[in-house]
Amino acid sequence: MESGGGDRFEMVIGLEVHAQLLTHSKMYCGCAARYADAAPNSHVCAVCAGLPGALPVMNRAAVEFCILTGLALGAEIPGFCKLDRKNYVYPDLPKGYQISQYDLPLCIGGALEFASEGAPKRAGITRVHIEEDTGRLVHRAGAPGDEVSLVDLNRSGVPLMEIVGEPDLRSPAEAADYLVALRQTLRYVGASTGNMEEGAFRCDANVSVRERGAPLGAKVEVKNMNSFRAVERALRFEEERQRAVLAEGGSIAQETRGWVEASGVTVSQRTKEQAHDYRYFPEPDLPPLTISAEMVAEIRDRLPELPGARRDRFASRYGLDAKEIETLTAEREVADVFEAVVGPDGTAEAARRAANWIVNDVMGLQRARGLPPEQLPINAAQLRDLLDAVAAGELSARAAKEVLPRIADGELPRAAAGRLNLLALDDEEVVRSAVTDALAASPSAVADFRAGKKAAMGRLIGETMKRTGGRAKPEQVRMLLEEALTES
Amino acid sequence: MAVGNGAVDLSAAEARRLLDAGELSAVELTEAHLARIEAIDGDLHAYLHVMAEVARRQALAADARIAAGHAAPMTGIPVALKDVLCTTDAPTTAASRILDGYRSPYDATVVARLRDQGAVFLGKANTDEFAMGSSTENSAFGVSRNPWDRDRVPGGSSGGPAAAVAAGTATIGLGSDTGGSIRQPAGFCGVVGLKPTYGRVSRFGLLAFASSLDQIGPFTRSVEDAAIALGAIAGHDRYDSTSAAIPVPDYRAAMTRDLRGTRIGVAEEYGIGGMEGMEPGVQLAIEAAVRRLAELGAEIVPVSLPHTRYALPTYYITAPAEASANLARYDGVKYGLAVEAPTLLETYERTRGQGFGAEVKRRIMLGTYALSSGYYDAYYVKAQKVRTLIKRDFDDAFARVDAIVAPTSPTTAFRIGARTDDPYQMYLSDVFTIPANMAGIPGIALPCGFADGLPVSLQILGRAFDEATVLRVADAYERSEPWAGMRPPLGREVG
Ligand SMILES: [Zn+2]
Repeated sequence: MESGGGDRFEMVIGLEVHAQLLTHSKMYCGCAARYADAAPNSHVCAVCAGLPGALPVMNRAAVEFCILTGLALGAEIPGFCKLDRKNYVYPDLPKGYQISQYDLPLCIGGALEFASEGAPKRAGITRVHIEEDTGRLVHRAGAPGDEVSLVDLNRSGVPLMEIVGEPDLRSPAEAADYLVALRQTLRYVGASTGNMEEGAFRCDANVSVRERGAPLGAKVEVKNMNSFRAVERALRFEEERQRAVLAEGGSIAQETRGWVEASGVTVSQRTKEQAHDYRYFPEPDLPPLTISAEMVAEIRDRLPELPGARRDRFASRYGLDAKEIETLTAEREVADVFEAVVGPDGTAEAARRAANWIVNDVMGLQRARGLPPEQLPINAAQLRDLLDAVAAGELSARAAKEVLPRIADGELPRAAAGRLNLLALDDEEVVRSAVTDALAASPSAVADFRAGKKAAMGRLIGETMKRTGGRAKPEQVRMLLEEALTES
Repeated sequence: MAVGNGAVDLSAAEARRLLDAGELSAVELTEAHLARIEAIDGDLHAYLHVMAEVARRQALAADARIAAGHAAPMTGIPVALKDVLCTTDAPTTAASRILDGYRSPYDATVVARLRDQGAVFLGKANTDEFAMGSSTENSAFGVSRNPWDRDRVPGGSSGGPAAAVAAGTATIGLGSDTGGSIRQPAGFCGVVGLKPTYGRVSRFGLLAFASSLDQIGPFTRSVEDAAIALGAIAGHDRYDSTSAAIPVPDYRAAMTRDLRGTRIGVAEEYGIGGMEGMEPGVQLAIEAAVRRLAELGAEIVPVSLPHTRYALPTYYITAPAEASANLARYDGVKYGLAVEAPTLLETYERTRGQGFGAEVKRRIMLGTYALSSGYYDAYYVKAQKVRTLIKRDFDDAFARVDAIVAPTSPTTAFRIGARTDDPYQMYLSDVFTIPANMAGIPGIALPCGFADGLPVSLQILGRAFDEATVLRVADAYERSEPWAGMRPPLGREVG
């Protein structure tokens, strides 16, 4: 509605995303990069604590992850880049400067393609560069004047990548879709968990509402958005706020505003006059990086099939519908399981069956067990065994669904089914006696069938299945029923 | 004991021979130094912290190692460490109140390398605060005195180790040189001071002043000792990305005493032939040294380093800019002095206001200004361009010559207090040493005579990573003159 055709105003959004990189060690020292559940200040050394005399050493894996991401976004990787010091003072920044990249980043340009409201979109990427994370402050309440702030440096020096987007987004929904797609790309290439709640994926937004076609207005930077939902809400709020100001003939001040989740508003944090002067200059402790064409080629070889390409292939190769494809490709690991189950020569029918199972039953169990989205409760071999058993008639579909949790716990499909007494009945005499019972108990269905109402067969099959606890093979039941009905 | 009190006058090479021959023990050598420190350092104030117990333990270990036949070149050799080098077993303060009592949890790489060799650490030596100064008058803990004249400064910033080596309270000193902070005090104190090529020696564990200029190097009483000490500390370090993975040659073997065919440049810009502010005594001694080098067979070649006069202003943009960032970590939050206040900002202000001295504050302000938005291009960027030109001057000159000689400083040691009110005059005492830092090339300072009873110093510059040639020229010169054998009178009047 806001961006409807007759609207005078248009919203312009550019996102800056900080993503923690999945390296083992920190950006410039050997400390472990993963700090979840670690005791405060237990992953700290002279370098990441900023002790006197300590020097940074570049983490090669972080550079490679950044380049990998750049390549996934179609960026150019210049042969030469450097690190710079970004100077500002805060207790969570132990050196008093952050080692970042200023004018010569690792990756330049590129774009992210994504879908928003059913339409394909493309948003430009300005640059991708590496930098280091800060520590964290933990504020402890106390009587007025007795509040304490504690510094935890476990996060200090954790490798970060900043992905700066062009101001190509036009609505909060589009911004949210862009973020989801960007996060998915980072997860596909394995550069980051993209976990927003854990702070591994953070987003700041530059927002400006302008008269349609007018040059960009003053931009407002919005910070403190800690979830995808928060981003969308904050941007909606900011859009309304700026529209209201403009509608009354006012003008937008360039400033930094913070999103306050609890009250659902953005509040001014810093005006243009209070903006930091970061006094960037080249980091003298780290030589510039020379990125050879060979190195770029070698990293390019590591690029997996990206989400967009995979979606297209799933549509053309397997003929799945868009909704199913979306679900199956959301996580690279899930899509991998799907493809492994179908196999290289799998038919469209096999693909449809596997997709159905994964999307409904396997992912249902995944949700029930509270597993992370990339982690299915069973692996490809287990699921294939299960589907094979169903195809061979050894298990009914219903039985297969019942044994699924057992398989997830490590049991083999047939063993689990046997233990639960779910294996298909192989004993023809047992099925024949169930058929006899069913016919005796359903005289009206028998009469209907004989009167030419073929649909009555379904009722009779159901009656027979009920008497076998669902374990009889439906085909065999039909055959024996037809036999009994023609005999008598 | 055969060597008697003369133990404190031994060079490291002589001490090595006596130690290995069993004619002197590391304990004796150490005790002789500790006794001399006890006797004269109250007056000299070369040391901020004497590591007597550590030294005694290290001396015992050194004797055991020598007895076992595993002596390294520095085993049992007494060393003074400038107090900007991190040590786990003594405070590291940079002569600043902001780090009063600070104890590093790790050793600087050079300290670790000397420790591995079995050297004996006598103590942490005085410096201008954070190595910013040319006299040690900026030390928060008091000035050091020049052993040749106690009313004069020992030079700086590494005045402490320079004075200790001159006075016989250390055999070898380690200092750092950002704009001349090894060579200028070596010159004022009449000892040898070597600034290696940028990247030759690891800076890990050196409290940073200006990271692109800082380099650690030795003070010694002979050129041979400088070769020994450099060999012990040089080489790539994986903890310093700017340290070069270039092999370290055998510097002593390179000292062939032969200067025939060696082309030595004399730069007109270096005041030889007259320069404002240059003392005549210095002028005369340098001219005599150049003649001596020619007599030794070197070919003297006039060279031009046209951008030399921009080196000082360029340095005073670059070094403070880097320092302004390097010193941001001293905020009272993590270590060192913390002056608590009601708000975070006031805590910063009070801690840094009380913790830093005037010169450090001056340079932080200069550097912050030079990096500020709107001034960055005019100052910092321009300075880097000029730096490139200075480097190119040397590249051009070294295409024609193997070494360049110059005065180390335009004057001999000045009186304590003479320049404290005029920072610019103070800065001028580094006018001949700064270009080597800007270009990253090696330079050595060594005694080349006296003027009014005070040492005059010759500086020899070389190509990047060609310390070997610098040492060869310096060694040949030193052996042709009596200067290296001369000792200051300090503490000897009563002996
Ligand atoms: Zn660390």
